[in-house]
Amino acid sequence: MKDVKVLGSGCKRCEQAAAMITAEAARLGVEIRLEKVTDYAAIAAYGIVSTPGIVVDGRVVHAGGLPKSDAIAGWLG
Amino acid sequence: MRPQLLVPVTPPATARRVAMPPALPWLAGSAAGLLAWGLAYSQLVPVSDGLAGLLPLQPGSPLAEAARFFLYDAPKVLLLLTLVVFGMGVVRSYFSAERTRALLAGRREGVGNVLAALLGVVTPFCSCSAVPMFIGFVSAGVPLGVTFSFLIAAPMVNEIALGLLFALVGWKVALLYLGVGLGIAIVAGWVIGRLHLEHWLEAWVRDLRSGAAALPPTALTVADRVRAGLEAMRDIVGRVWPWMLAGIAVGAFIHGFVPTDALAFMMGADSWWSVPAAVAIGIPMYSNAAGIVPVAEALLGKGAALGTVLAFMMAVIALSLPEMIILRKVMTLRLIGVFVGVVGIGIVAVGYLFNALPL
Repeated sequence: MKDVKVLGSGCKRCEQAAAMITAEAARLGVEIRLEKVTDYAAIAAYGIVSTPGIVVDGRVVHAGGLPKSDAIAGWLG
Repeated sequence: MRPQLLVPVTPPATARRVAMPPALPWLAGSAAGLLAWGLAYSQLVPVSDGLAGLLPLQPGSPLAEAARFFLYDAPKVLLLLTLVVFGMGVVRSYFSAERTRALLAGRREGVGNVLAALLGVVTPFCSCSAVPMFIGFVSAGVPLGVTFSFLIAAPMVNEIALGLLFALVGWKVALLYLGVGLGIAIVAGWVIGRLHLEHWLEAWVRDLRSGAAALPPTALTVADRVRAGLEAMRDIVGRVWPWMLAGIAVGAFIHGFVPTDALAFMMGADSWWSVPAAVAIGIPMYSNAAGIVPVAEALLGKGAALGTVLAFMMAVIALSLPEMIILRKVMTLRLIGVFVGVVGIGIVAVGYLFNALPL
């Protein structure tokens, strides 16, 4: 079970990033628990500036812009 | 005090090696795209003249003039916007908000203000990310005034405004805009820093301390950068084209219908009140740069004074009601008032300066 957080306050790309992660996890057959973090203070505490940010099992792996799907596969694999 | 790290960060366990895509096809594709762009751009006048000729309008009438302006400017601005945004996407792939913050954290005022304004031009920025960026900067130890220099320059002095001014109005005005835009961002940020208004931030923002996440290194290839340009093109052109068309429609109306005398009176260099009035009207308004440059083009064509037009344009792009509402989440109304006041005064000063200069 991978714990995935998408950091971002309701921006369009944050939604897209969350959808991409869900789709990629389903394709790979990886079980994930996806959480959206929208609180500004919580987002800043992860040490990123640009959203969407992606955190996998407590580790920040991405900040700003849409991730590439092969990168997502790398984080989930 | 050093910002403390709230999240334990470890280097990535598995950095997957992906086979590098060759650069050549992407470079060749870009060159072919540029060639096609140049061909399309060179055909603008005949095509728009042909289209305007098809309209059942009396040549020389106000409506025909407005239609001609619209038919010429719409494809021209669209083509320019596409090219500028593509270039911007490629350039911005070399910068990131995280790296900009690292460059600015703990930087002294003065040098920090200059650096922040310059980085504001090239760092990826959208007004939707202004608040997380503001918090991220301040909480990591970027001085408040330096953060403001960034926040003023980023929306105002961007590649879209500069590229369109360059192509529609001329290189002198574009260069002036770059210079005074950076100047306002640097000076206004410095002034706000000198006023020491940290206590006018919302308390939770003031108390927040954050460090920088150790992001896995991303080595971008040429292909990635070209793709970033294409992505920016699709995203930004897709978002701003309604603004652009609306701006060109307003420009076309001014070009066709507004009498030159009336405009020279309202926005001419001889009316001392025209600059503050233009700024007061421009501040609550919001438009993207792509929407306002065609309006500026039409105003200048009708004899409006350069300082007044530049002041109006800067007020519209740099300050807006929606932005203030967003910023209210992190700062008190008093601080927003100081921000708007300092930037507004800077813009008015620039307007007077350029109206007085014999350009």
